[in-house]
Amino acid sequence: MGSLTRLGMFLAEEGGEHGGGGVEAGITSGWAVENVWLILVLPFVAALLIVFLGKANEKWGHRLAIAMMGYVFFHGTWLWILTMTDGVLYEASYVIGDLGSGFAFELGWVVDGLSSMMFFVVGTVALLVYIYAVGYMKGEIRYAGFFSAISLFAGAMLVLVAAPNLVQLIIGWELVGVASYLLIGHYWEEKENSSAGMKAFYVNKVADVGLILGAIMLSASVGTFNITGILDAAEEGAGELSSVAVVGALLLFFGAMGKSAQFPLHVWLPDAMAGPTPVSALMHAATMVTAGVYLLGRMFPLYEGLAADARPWIMLIGGLTLFLTGLIALVQWDLKKILAYSTLSQLGYMVLAMGAGAYTAGLFHLFTHAFFKALLFLGAGSVIHAVHSNDMRDMGGMRKPMPITYWTFVIGSLALAGIPPLAGFFSKDEILAGLTHAEGPSTAMVLGIGIDTFFFWTAVFGAAITAFYMTRAVFLTFHGEYKGHGHPHESPASMSAPLVVLGVFSVGAGFLNVPGVFTGMTKWLEIRANEFYEFHPESLDLGVALTGLTAGVVGIAIGWWLFARDADTQAERDRLHIPGLYPLLENKYYLDDFYLAIVAFIKGPLARFIDWFNGHVIDAVINGAGLVGVWLGRAVYGVDQKGIDAAVNGLAGAAGASGAVFRRAQTGRVQQYAAAFILGVVVLVISFVFVL
Amino acid sequence: MTLVQFLLLSSLLFSLGVYGLLARRNAVMILLSVELMLNAVNLNLVAFEAWIRDAFATGNVFAIFMITVAAAEVGIGLAIVILIFRNRATANVDDFELMRG
Repeated sequence: MGSLTRLGMFLAEEGGEHGGGGVEAGITSGWAVENVWLILVLPFVAALLIVFLGKANEKWGHRLAIAMMGYVFFHGTWLWILTMTDGVLYEASYVIGDLGSGFAFELGWVVDGLSSMMFFVVGTVALLVYIYAVGYMKGEIRYAGFFSAISLFAGAMLVLVAAPNLVQLIIGWELVGVASYLLIGHYWEEKENSSAGMKAFYVNKVADVGLILGAIMLSASVGTFNITGILDAAEEGAGELSSVAVVGALLLFFGAMGKSAQFPLHVWLPDAMAGPTPVSALMHAATMVTAGVYLLGRMFPLYEGLAADARPWIMLIGGLTLFLTGLIALVQWDLKKILAYSTLSQLGYMVLAMGAGAYTAGLFHLFTHAFFKALLFLGAGSVIHAVHSNDMRDMGGMRKPMPITYWTFVIGSLALAGIPPLAGFFSKDEILAGLTHAEGPSTAMVLGIGIDTFFFWTAVFGAAITAFYMTRAVFLTFHGEYKGHGHPHESPASMSAPLVVLGVFSVGAGFLNVPGVFTGMTKWLEIRANEFYEFHPESLDLGVALTGLTAGVVGIAIGWWLFARDADTQAERDRLHIPGLYPLLENKYYLDDFYLAIVAFIKGPLARFIDWFNGHVIDAVINGAGLVGVWLGRAVYGVDQKGIDAAVNGLAGAAGASGAVFRRAQTGRVQQYAAAFILGVVVLVISFVFVL
Repeated sequence: MTLVQFLLLSSLLFSLGVYGLLARRNAVMILLSVELMLNAVNLNLVAFEAWIRDAFATGNVFAIFMITVAAAEVGIGLAIVILIFRNRATANVDDFELMRG
């Protein structure tokens, strides 16, 4: 085993609008950065131990999981604080095995601005979700198994985030997929839930093909799986890599489209709501769906430089996702599904930002979104826990019995809608600013205008939609008359405490990066081994900020006008019957039907054709070959029967015939034998005496 | 007494034995015939020994050997005949044709 520490080479900060590419890192060693393996191993320890705890599970299973994740939170926060104060840059790789042709299978970890941000986000959100789940899952089926699987989930994400090479990244990537399958199908007794788990797994598998192909293509051209190595080669821009960079980058992005649920591979995410709410919160905030955006961030120097031609496609996918999925959220009745489509829309923003070259903006949105989306999901879970239904038509008026949930949910909604000074405003503004100023793929055109401008307005419109559907969700859930049964009451402290903590983060996280005032996030995220250029605004662009804010306010105003005035007719008003559009949205653009049709085509006509082809063409060939065999066999049979067997039988027959003759000599009468014997003696005597 | 007289007697006895062996049907009688032939041979051996005046008495030694062997042979032979008789209630050798091919 050998350890390898790479220290990046940095250029002096260039400053200005397009400056970027690395801040001198102060810390390159120390206990915290050299022992990140603890973060990677402990969640798996918890996941394994819980499986073997047996009866002690009910009491100790969740405590074990929380203790392990508590340590991850502590270590992740430590690393993030080190990043914020001094800057950390460290990479460790341990060779596990030789893959031949100069490739080695290595495991290790990278600590830089990007990964320590993710360690912090995953640790914080996962710990809060665990604590929340203690209350939420109390008395549920497979209580301890849930904590085992969710530990696996978080652990897999940490392995992915820490990956110094693409092989480890893929391992973490696939483990996340397995854990998500287990968790989405947690209530597998109902067919629908286990199907949702399988759907998530299948859709991700389709995308994973792209990831693996891309990883192989890039690694093979550079000669190493090491990400820093690949990015170094991309920086030099020479050799084989330059010829495969764009295709490889697009294939990696295809993989990211699966995990980050980009249109048209987003179909698994809304169905993943079948899992318990804490899973949804974790999946949508910190683990799983952020993996794709993280991958884009990790490989950003490649996308920024050699593979810049891939970026218009990334922008296109991100823009489509944010717009199309945001519209679907308008017509949903399931509270969790609204949040799911909202996550899709926000992931679209992140991908759009990465495509536009606004690295900090995309990852900053990931950071803030993790907190307020976790908050919204946990708030929704709190309501669902109280009314035992996901459907907003069974809710209403929850404001009075559940004040903590109400206020934190409102904070989350406002943050999501982009209302200052909450976190979402700053990160969304950063993305909008990025779209107006980004360089790179701006020569691409959509509908006759520049792609940046086109998607700037798409994003603004998307912001208005976001604000609108969140307002609708708040009013239908918390205002008006209670339409369900029973007496809902505020959730226990283990559930409301995480809400409050996340609420604080949702308010405060945005201040980590205010252009022109405090640009900490920008600096921290640029602490990387590879230099690259990205856009970040030098100062707050008031025009852009006001446009985004106006969009949010307009969305809220429309929502307010439609749903707040007359509580009793909310349901009626909600049916925004726009002919053509409404059914289209309600059926999710018929994408599921389209995929089903593909599957049905494969199962139906295609399968029948293959069956016919098999029966008439392949079978004919095989039968023909068989007939030749039969003819040959017959010929050999003839030779065998008429030649060899005849000889053998002839010999036997001859033996039999001679036996039949000679057996007559065997009369069984001793006196005849004696007579023959004496006759023989007489003959011998005569011959001796007279002849010789 | 000349050698020829002994040989004539011996030949007569041997021929009687052969006749009995081939002509008799009773197994016991056949055994007796065999004894007759053996003793004819014994007479021959003793006669020739006396005629060549053998210092080692080879003829006599052979004769004694043969008497011993004949006794053993007839013992086994009679035992077999008795067993067959017990099983089949007859001593007629014409009925003993189990070995017919």
